Amino acid sequence: MRLAGKIAIITGAGSGMGKAMAEVFVREGAKVVLADISGDQDAVAAALGDAAVAVHCDVAQEDQVQAMIATAVDRFGRLDILCNNAGFGGGMAPLAEQSSEMWDKVHAVNIRGVFLGMKYGIEAMLKTGGGAIVNTGSASAVVGWKGHSVYGAAKAGVHQMTRAAALDYAKMGIRVNAVAPGTMWTGLVPQSKGIPVPPAGGWRLPGIPMDRWGSAMDIANAALFLASDDAAYITGVILPVDGGYSIGFSGMGAEHSGLPD
Amino acid sequence: MTRSLNGRIAVVTGAGSGIGRAVAKRLAEDTAKVAIWDINFEGAQETVKMIRDAGGTAIAINADCSDKVAIQAAAKQTREELGGSIAILVNNAGIAPFTPFMETEDDLFDKVIRINLRGPYLVTKEILPDMLAVGWGRIINITSSSVQSGSFGQGHYVASKGGLMGMTKALALEFAATGVTVNMVPPGFIDTPMLRGAPIDAEAFAQTLPMKRIGQPEDIAAACAYLASEEANYITGQTISTNGGRYMGSH
Repeated sequence: MRLAGKIAIITGAGSGMGKAMAEVFVREGAKVVLADISGDQDAVAAALGDAAVAVHCDVAQEDQVQAMIATAVDRFGRLDILCNNAGFGGGMAPLAEQSSEMWDKVHAVNIRGVFLGMKYGIEAMLKTGGGAIVNTGSASAVVGWKGHSVYGAAKAGVHQMTRAAALDYAKMGIRVNAVAPGTMWTGLVPQSKGIPVPPAGGWRLPGIPMDRWGSAMDIANAALFLASDDAAYITGVILPVDGGYSIGFSGMGAEHSGLPD
Repeated sequence: MTRSLNGRIAVVTGAGSGIGRAVAKRLAEDTAKVAIWDINFEGAQETVKMIRDAGGTAIAINADCSDKVAIQAAAKQTREELGGSIAILVNNAGIAPFTPFMETEDDLFDKVIRINLRGPYLVTKEILPDMLAVGWGRIINITSSSVQSGSFGQGHYVASKGGLMGMTKALALEFAATGVTVNMVPPGFIDTPMLRGAPIDAEAFAQTLPMKRIGQPEDIAAACAYLASEEANYITGQTISTNGGRYMGSH
């Protein structure tokens, strides 16, 4: 068990990648606080039994984030791992068609929420000698992504905050890294609601070098690696988990490369 | 900390010491059967003994990993003695001399490129067909944080590792849809015979690192073990910088 005895908080744990992280972390021996605004975290926690507790949390609200951190400390004694995963897309559109109201909403959750989580999570970790933070960034903040100006800007902010915080706390035993998901078949894809596996065409997704969608479990496994002692010498890393999308040669697979079959 | 590699056959080049040895030991611990290719045969045999003493499976092969004939023979021996095709390749063998650029002999430049870049090219070309035949494979290239940050007196070395970084991404794209992933782990300052033999004060340098310490070969091995596993199925063309925070740029 790779997280035996560890205490973790996962935000956005009611569905998708956060839910998968919760299941993997508990399987590996962690106790988890599952935070979400949706209410779905209650059922996820219930299914995981005594190792999990659910809290309602809007990560954009400072007092709610403080209460979430306090839940881990009060219930389990300390905080070792924090996965700032809560986020939402806000809709894809060319920049001039994006509203300033949506900018504020997306950034309140996707970057201010991560800032608040780290601010109070780090405070708790320093009291017990360190910990590991895994933020959920995005491949859309590694390379440009059409229609993602607002979302991508928030996630790029998460990446840079990850690096700076990693430097701030490297010698205090807190590691700060991020996973950068690509095209994942999770709740952020509207068509995926209630459909665990991509429909017609299956997992195939032309245009991605690996030719398929990513799954929530792909991200949960990356978060597990970065949160575990296997990554003891790794900090400030942005790890794309995206089927090769962010290598940078976008949009064309081998079938369009001009190479013979 | 183990993660099952399902008895797959792995080749780790340059595993007679340092990082390669730790990678071989970790992959074996995670249930891979490991072939250790090294020109330092004595070191390779020591690594094998360590793995066998711990209950793992490994063989040592005396091979110059930049020589095509030797590589072909090593691959053949690996398939025969470990009983199957090769599924995991860690291109780790390399040399890291320090010479001011203007004092670099042309022959030394050629040698560094031959061992550090042409070697992985040849080894990959020999082993990749095994992976394509079964639709599953892992290639992990050990580069260096110096390809990200630069390094004094190492124009040849950084050029060779930069070439390997480029090849990592190009092969990742070319084979992405085949089930073969290609990634790289660039170590920072890791406690190895290579580092201890370098003309630098390692302990003083460690104090300049964000984590204030030199890394262990096992840290690199852990990153390789993750990339080699099923858990890293959707990761290709990427970099897991294992360097104590030394470099955090975007590539």
